[in-house]
Amino acid sequence: MPVYLDHNATTPIDERVFEAMLPCLKGSCYGNPSSQHRQGRESQQALQHARAQVAMLVGVQPRQVIFTSGGTEANNLALKGMMSVVDAGSRLVVAATEHSSVLEAARALQCEGYPLAFAGVDDDGVVSPTEFERVLIEHKTALVSVMLANNETGVVQDVVQLSELARRRGVMMHTDAVQALGKIDVNFDALGVSAMSLSAHKIGGPKGVGALVVEKGLMLQPMVHGGGHEAGLRAGTENMAGIVGFGAAAALIHPGLEARAEHCEQLRDRTEQALQKIAGVVVFAQQAKRLPNTIFFAVEGIEGATLLMSLDREGIAVSSGSACASGSGESSHVLKAMGVDDSLAHGAVRVSFGSGNTMKDVEQLISTLQEQVESLLKLNSGWT
Amino acid sequence: MSKSERVPVYLDYAATTPADPRVAEKMMACLTMDGDFGNPASRSHVFGWKADDAVKEARGHVAALINADPREIVWTSGATESDNLAIKGVAHFYKKKGKHIITCKTEHKAVLDTCRQLEREGYEVTYLEVENSGFIDMKVLQDAIREDTILISIMHVNNETGVVQDIAAIGELARSRGIIFHCDAAQSAGKVEIDLEKVKVDLMSFSAHKIYGPKGVGALYVRRKPRIRIEAQMHGGGHERGMRSGTLAVHQIVGMGEAFRVAKEELVAESTRLLALRERLLNGFNDMEEIYINGDLSHHVSGLLNISFNFVEGESLIMALKDIAVSSGSACTSASLEPSYVLRALGREDELAHSSIRFSLGRFTTEADVDYTIKLVRQKVEKLRELSPLWEMYKDGVDLSKVQWAAH
Amino acid sequence: MAYSDKVMDHYENPRNVGSFDKDDSAVGTGMVGAPACGDVMKLQIKVSDEGVIEDAKFKTYGCGSAIASSSLLTEWVKGKTLQEASEIKNTELAEELALPPVKVHCSVLAEDAIKAAIEDYNSKGAAVVDVPEKVADAG
Repeated sequence: MPVYLDHNATTPIDERVFEAMLPCLKGSCYGNPSSQHRQGRESQQALQHARAQVAMLVGVQPRQVIFTSGGTEANNLALKGMMSVVDAGSRLVVAATEHSSVLEAARALQCEGYPLAFAGVDDDGVVSPTEFERVLIEHKTALVSVMLANNETGVVQDVVQLSELARRRGVMMHTDAVQALGKIDVNFDALGVSAMSLSAHKIGGPKGVGALVVEKGLMLQPMVHGGGHEAGLRAGTENMAGIVGFGAAAALIHPGLEARAEHCEQLRDRTEQALQKIAGVVVFAQQAKRLPNTIFFAVEGIEGATLLMSLDREGIAVSSGSACASGSGESSHVLKAMGVDDSLAHGAVRVSFGSGNTMKDVEQLISTLQEQVESLLKLNSGWT
Repeated sequence: MSKSERVPVYLDYAATTPADPRVAEKMMACLTMDGDFGNPASRSHVFGWKADDAVKEARGHVAALINADPREIVWTSGATESDNLAIKGVAHFYKKKGKHIITCKTEHKAVLDTCRQLEREGYEVTYLEVENSGFIDMKVLQDAIREDTILISIMHVNNETGVVQDIAAIGELARSRGIIFHCDAAQSAGKVEIDLEKVKVDLMSFSAHKIYGPKGVGALYVRRKPRIRIEAQMHGGGHERGMRSGTLAVHQIVGMGEAFRVAKEELVAESTRLLALRERLLNGFNDMEEIYINGDLSHHVSGLLNISFNFVEGESLIMALKDIAVSSGSACTSASLEPSYVLRALGREDELAHSSIRFSLGRFTTEADVDYTIKLVRQKVEKLRELSPLWEMYKDGVDLSKVQWAAH
Repeated sequence: MAYSDKVMDHYENPRNVGSFDKDDSAVGTGMVGAPACGDVMKLQIKVSDEGVIEDAKFKTYGCGSAIASSSLLTEWVKGKTLQEASEIKNTELAEELALPPVKVHCSVLAEDAIKAAIEDYNSKGAAVVDVPEKVADAG
């Protein structure tokens, strides 16, 4: 089986999560949780249990958790839902390195007439507090969204400090914590934001389920109407297997976070050491605080797509950055925002480890990389 | 009373269905490390490609059931989202052309609440009345059409009554007037034949969990010829040709595909079987006094029967029937004390609406289940009528409509 | 909806179901609610010459909580004087049956029913007991 080093794109489901989902797939937990009969109540209980599990992971009350169809919907709900209830003419600010679901939701709001501005990042992909404050005071801002950890570079923003600055100016803050969850400690209250997006399939849970965590009393306009599920904030019959799987994944990821992070960090550090020995390698955002599992790098003079293909042939699955943008041929907007040269950005490769990876996987990655880079460079020099 | 082998007997298939074992197997294979767990948007490795292939196959199955092109299928998180996407998507895209929408009072909440939201945004919505049978009078629909009408949204099969609307006729009318026709087919797919080559529906909503697929996944059919445009409601990575962003939930989609594949295979035989079971159920009640069937059975989905047992209150009847799982009204509103708005739209008085039970039969329902249900219902209705002051008055010949009830 | 054990008990084994002759001068009849609202309660009391409720019967069209509320009430009023019975509060019924907030109106209906029954009895010219609150015509 190929070595899977693309955990930021999606993660395999943990065996125990799978077990937890089984009653919803082929067992007794098939009722509609809105139904009043026994089957319905059984599903309702499973739903509540899962909600408590997710709430516990991020340190909130269960009723602060709104289940959605995933991180994308959570981000859309946060931005559109919060902007719908603010004064007309108020502005939305998002960081330039946000995930496409935040950027595109922001652009859609801009089309509806909400002014939009971007908070820039420095060369290491970090939103500096000074820049952040400057953008906030420029114009009357209602909401700012800065992701906790970047999906491509792994850069971790100082959301605690940024939310403090936002709060002082009376600006609401949302954070996309989809990539951070399960990799670093994520505590809603400590982060000090008004809303936070989560996704299950990045933490060993199933695809198609996520959540928006909101502070108590937050005004929010729902995005999907009809039926009054999720306290009127998200209509639609609940994705039972998905939600139960999310809950189980949340409960599993809670303990042992530090040990897992340490394990991934060892794999990453070893990889980075080896990368330094390959000529022309640039590791992005290396000076910034990053997720323990993520390396984003490029080799000067080598096309990323070509390198990815050769790695795949050798049984190593990595990516060029965001899976959502893969295949588009465009270079990463994250690297662009960091001021990385376009030709280098085109060569970007992301390696993201999971707890199932071993040092053996790393050794295989390194030796394959060395070989492939060497042969690709030879090919290039042969042509020119 | 001899009990059915399986207690409680599940007769609430219109609320949701258990996943078919074939569906569950397919889904489970996508959840494990050696299965198709990848992100189908990952273009750089075999995990992504395999997941993408699985999604493609499922898209083909869904399209096949309704005779559509796989490229006309947009995955969503369920029929509610599909309804939202279709109605808001059309309204927002064509708002320069007009801001008038026609729907019907008996639609699902997902359609009605979405229309209410659009009213808040400045759109005008006409909510058509239905006849006592549950059908829409085509003349009434025709008269509701205005110059600025951009969308007609009418469901195929009603979730509470099982009545089937004539979507072919509505489609012809809409097309002839250049109006987009959206149809919520959550309750009809796999139960009633749908041929989108023939029927002029432009947008159609589907759910997996109503036909033995998983909860939390659905689809929206978006016609390509003539091309229908909608504005995306969820923005991000541009999945589903930009109409619906978000990582595709492969296992869910594969489950829906398998559910639709099986449904196509079994549609004819299964609807014949369910019709016979429904007849059996109805025959079991036929000689009871003061029962009323809600919704005309002449154009009707085969597995559903909605009956009002007069002088018995629905919730207490459901409580008495705790060994069978049925519902009064739709599951989405059954926590509220309001009588069903659908039955009220059919002209049922509140007391009859309060006394209604929806029996919905499905793939795993047996004759024994039906016989058990008949016995139990008859016994419990009799018991509750003994308790009912209304029944006593009726038996004493009091005309209940003439009674001055104490305001409360 | 999950019902309390006490509601289930009264619902499955309702006490004192039935009717008295409403024209009997010793009988007071209270009928409250409306079919359109989903609840109708008929409560009857049989009162001794000393003004003590000797027996009570009910019939209820309504949800399980409504049936349980009226069933429990018939148990409570037996042996009470009209004055004592008129002082029973809906909150006591709701508490005893552990009714959820959406079902509290069932206990209110039961309180209305006993008051209406007492008033009906009083209107027949027997001993007069003050009824704290005017209740609408029982029809």
